[in-house]
Amino acid sequence: MSLEKKISELREKREKMLLGGGEEAIVKQKSMGKNTARERIMAILDAGSFNEYDMFVEHDARDFGMDKKILPGDGVVIGTGTIHGNPVAIFAQDFTVAGGSLGLMHSRKITKIMDYALNMRIPLIGINDSGGARIQEGVNSLAGYGEIFFRNTISSGVIPQISVILGPCAGGAVYSPALTDFVFVVDNISKMFITGPEVIKTVLGEEISMEALGGARVHCETSGNAHFFSSSEEECFNQIRRLISFIPGNNEMKAAVTETLPPEAGYEIEKIVPADPTLPYDVREVIRAVADNSDFFEIQEMFARNMVIGFGRLGGRTVGFVANQPLEMAGVLDVDSSDKAARFIRYCDAFSIPLVTFVDLPGYLPGVDQEHAGVIRHGAKVLYAYSEATVPKLTVILRKAYGGGYIAMSSRHLRADFVFAWPGAEIAVMGPEGAANIIFRREIASADDPGEMRRQKVEEYREKFANPYVAASRGYVDAVIEPSETRRLLLHGLEVSVSKDVHRPWKKHGIPPF
Amino acid sequence: MEKKEGDRLIIDHTSYSTRLSRRFTSRKPYEPPVAGRIQSFIPGTVVELLVKTGDTVKEGDDVVILDAMKMKNRLKSHIEGKVVAVNVSSGDRVAKGAVLVEIA
Repeated sequence: MSLEKKISELREKREKMLLGGGEEAIVKQKSMGKNTARERIMAILDAGSFNEYDMFVEHDARDFGMDKKILPGDGVVIGTGTIHGNPVAIFAQDFTVAGGSLGLMHSRKITKIMDYALNMRIPLIGINDSGGARIQEGVNSLAGYGEIFFRNTISSGVIPQISVILGPCAGGAVYSPALTDFVFVVDNISKMFITGPEVIKTVLGEEISMEALGGARVHCETSGNAHFFSSSEEECFNQIRRLISFIPGNNEMKAAVTETLPPEAGYEIEKIVPADPTLPYDVREVIRAVADNSDFFEIQEMFARNMVIGFGRLGGRTVGFVANQPLEMAGVLDVDSSDKAARFIRYCDAFSIPLVTFVDLPGYLPGVDQEHAGVIRHGAKVLYAYSEATVPKLTVILRKAYGGGYIAMSSRHLRADFVFAWPGAEIAVMGPEGAANIIFRREIASADDPGEMRRQKVEEYREKFANPYVAASRGYVDAVIEPSETRRLLLHGLEVSVSKDVHRPWKKHGIPPF
Repeated sequence: MEKKEGDRLIIDHTSYSTRLSRRFTSRKPYEPPVAGRIQSFIPGTVVELLVKTGDTVKEGDDVVILDAMKMKNRLKSHIEGKVVAVNVSSGDRVAKGAVLVEIA
């Protein structure tokens, strides 16, 4: 056979493989508002940068009539490409081929690209769209999942791992995304759960739709399993590309430094935070008022809204912003917000991204439900994460910083490098009302006019302790600053900590309060 | 996001003006457990009632058999006393926390 003929034969073979499960299955996929596996990859990667591997891999299952079934690519597409010119490894399960079910060879393709990503120290993006384990392949498919989970864990903190849920992802399969850094979901397309509505109905008699049980919104708002919500696949792909622009390719690199852009005009930073500590405001306005180009890329926007986390840039360098949100639940720390902040802090620390923390919180959320849900161990995660982090840590106390919440939110005591406080900051064990009621309990109770006495004592306490100067007098606060100086000082703080090098005692690993 | 007026959260005697989360507003008030109440700890189906109203039971006696998660679970009495109410019949499907039998 001539080489020309062989080349045309290859082309034919490829053409066939590129059709995946065939025209009919593709039409079905499209009718659900879904793109095909390869279309998805192409949309995420830079145009023309995708190279596919293992296109001709076949399964060798023999039981249950599998020996007669041809599954193109075994239901998954793997390869490498670039995003903004940076290399990434990617896989996408192909629902048009046997429902994207995971058999042994399918899992080997995924683990091959995972090994590649780890060896090359490049980010891994996984697109999940699968009916689950290929039951005909029995324990082999379970082995496949296990091999994926192991690699997710070993790669964690070394290379960024991103999961994109673009279809069903059920049963054990959900644990791969759960082990990765960021999970992207799309409204009406993503479905994630351990046990589906059918099982729940049979076993427990509870009826629930797939969407209400494990749809995109549920995981963004309620469970906190997902980090980015979008209403279309296109929007989701843009979010992924944007995320990649903020983070380094691995834990030994630093995120790309861009040119320094000033915040947009029009932010009057003095006017954002009301002087009265009981009044709400949107802390994201403070972030936008100081960030380069006023650009803030929020993460888990819909979950535990009393805590705001996300990426932005200061002087062209990526920073992770962590901020209490007085607009929601007065910005308290509770089970979910602690969990949300702690994981993000550890992410930033793992990938050398400096942390900038804005503090304004009344403390922890009281309640039986919180105590019983373990607010002690969840709250401890924040202390652990900040203490453990060795990246530059810059803290700005905007207003209230009371009690344990003050300590937890990147205080000097947990080794913040710079702690700045605005002049309206109240750094104290608790708010003036609470403190006066305890300290002056007797005076108030025995006064002729207890109401008036309480008012006086609250005022007395406020004068004396509800300010930043007591903390500044001990050096717990490095500088009391005007709000308008915030950006300049943060830029400077980052500049002088560029070569920060802090080491902790050797250990195999810590035991964070998971 | 619309701003709901009037939401307030009290922390340490201070009332903060803020938005309250759905999880917070829909939380269930705490109810202390009552020793004589036999409750389903999991949703399931009542397979067998081992007592009837008026019976005397000792601590540790089996009271109800609840089929849940493919297991026949024996629910026991935590106290000695008299059965004052049987709220279910065998075959009933019950939700988590349902009071099946009351002993006093």
